[in-house]
Amino acid sequence: MTDKSVETITTKIWRETPESDNPFAAADCFCSGYDVYGDLLKNASLIDYLYLLFKLERPTSQQSALLEGLAIALANPGPRDHSVRAAMSAGVGGSTHASALIAALSVGAGNLGGAREVFHAMEYWQLCATNLQDWQQIIKNPPQEGRADVWSPMEHPPGFDPNGISCPTPVIKTLAHLVEVGQTPHLSWLQDNRQQLEEFADCPLAFSGVAAAALFDLIFCLSRQRCSIYYCACPVLPFTLWSRKNLAGGSTLFLPMASN
Amino acid sequence: MPVHSKLEKFEDNWRTSIGGWSLEGKVVLRGKDVFTELNEKPWMEYLLYAATGKESPKIARLMEAMWVICTSFPDPRIWNNRISALAGTARSTGVLAAAGSLAVTEATIYGLKPIKGATDFFYRAEARLSEGKSLEQIVKAELKQFRSIYGYGRPIVDADERVKPMMEFARSIDCGNGKFVKLAFDIDKYLSNTRLKYRINIAAVCAALLADEGLSPMDFYHMATLAFTAGAIPCFIDASNQHEGGFFPLRTSRLSFTGVEEVRHWEV
Repeated sequence: MTDKSVETITTKIWRETPESDNPFAAADCFCSGYDVYGDLLKNASLIDYLYLLFKLERPTSQQSALLEGLAIALANPGPRDHSVRAAMSAGVGGSTHASALIAALSVGAGNLGGAREVFHAMEYWQLCATNLQDWQQIIKNPPQEGRADVWSPMEHPPGFDPNGISCPTPVIKTLAHLVEVGQTPHLSWLQDNRQQLEEFADCPLAFSGVAAAALFDLIFCLSRQRCSIYYCACPVLPFTLWSRKNLAGGSTLFLPMASN
Repeated sequence: MPVHSKLEKFEDNWRTSIGGWSLEGKVVLRGKDVFTELNEKPWMEYLLYAATGKESPKIARLMEAMWVICTSFPDPRIWNNRISALAGTARSTGVLAAAGSLAVTEATIYGLKPIKGATDFFYRAEARLSEGKSLEQIVKAELKQFRSIYGYGRPIVDADERVKPMMEFARSIDCGNGKFVKLAFDIDKYLSNTRLKYRINIAAVCAALLADEGLSPMDFYHMATLAFTAGAIPCFIDASNQHEGGFFPLRTSRLSFTGVEEVRHWEV
């Protein structure tokens, strides 16, 4: 390489030092100051490392327990779920392992039970916080998109299941667990006011609503780290663990795209 | 047992007028037999019919020219093509490469969002003009609300080299003289004289051409879904045929770290 000015990748996440014999191979890798292969590999849990990659800070024990609980709750929505059915459609035809992940992410990104719904629900949290009247108003008069987007407009209050009858037991159990381990304000308020909110929405709370509150409490800021919301809400983990033994896209778990 | 769920009526019951395949070996698309009524259509006309229900060799030809002239530059430095080139150099598969490239073309500063957004803007602008609003009022209101107008301005360079050849082709098949194309270039003229200096880009040109042919924003969106494949596929092939890992390798010094400088220790 000549001395002429070259483009670089600006990052707050990752620092490397080169091997002495190869400038294209890293000898040491630091994630937000932590030595990945000399320290994190031995000492950090997967969920803490995930938090670190997105937030650049180590989680507190409560934050760690909250994110882990959320990850387990979302990890496998079961073979009736749209995104899992997408992955199984890849599996049944003998498609590539990576295509199962692409299929599941594509389906699990949507306005119904997916990452886009979580994003919209987090917008509601940002606007309404713990003001019940504001929630009533926004559910009654949802914000209108000003111009066309590739995403279609929401057809139901985000965070609630338009096809539900009553709040399913797994959603209630997950909410209760996250409140217990996280002790965070928005999840606690959601638990206390769930039935009132469900009356406003005329449908029950869904996993997407719990995930939005949990992520809001974990301070995954909407504008800066939207990708992290997508990641956490999309069922990425399940296919590495459940229907696939050797998922080619496994490393995409750690694409630290949000803050780069 | 009483019906409780809103979903029960949909169980094993998908009602559609789009079409399907039957055990007798018949295939129907939007009411037409694929083997006897649609079998001689060029692929672009078939896609147009499938996506929009329209049958128009002229629109299909116009769309095809857009794919050739506007959306398929075989340059691996272009963001969506780069994904295919990276897939090639990492020895992934061609379809995974194309899937990745296509997925990212649903972008904000190029690709599907401007394509759909520009069409949507022209329909809204036309409606406002009919209500008596001036062009200046419409453009200023759009900029005030969204800080940008889909179809105007371009990353990296100002002028869009695709506008001229696309309009030349359009006129060769008797397109390009409608009210939306006129509106598109009127806005270009207005914006170029503002401090923003935005110029029309190819998304606005294509949107206006197709709006004049009666395509809705969703029609154009669906028809543009595969538009970028002819740029991505050769980039994958090129990288696949060269040294593995040889596509723009990055040495560690190409990372410019701006985060926490000190080494931190993970206390257990």
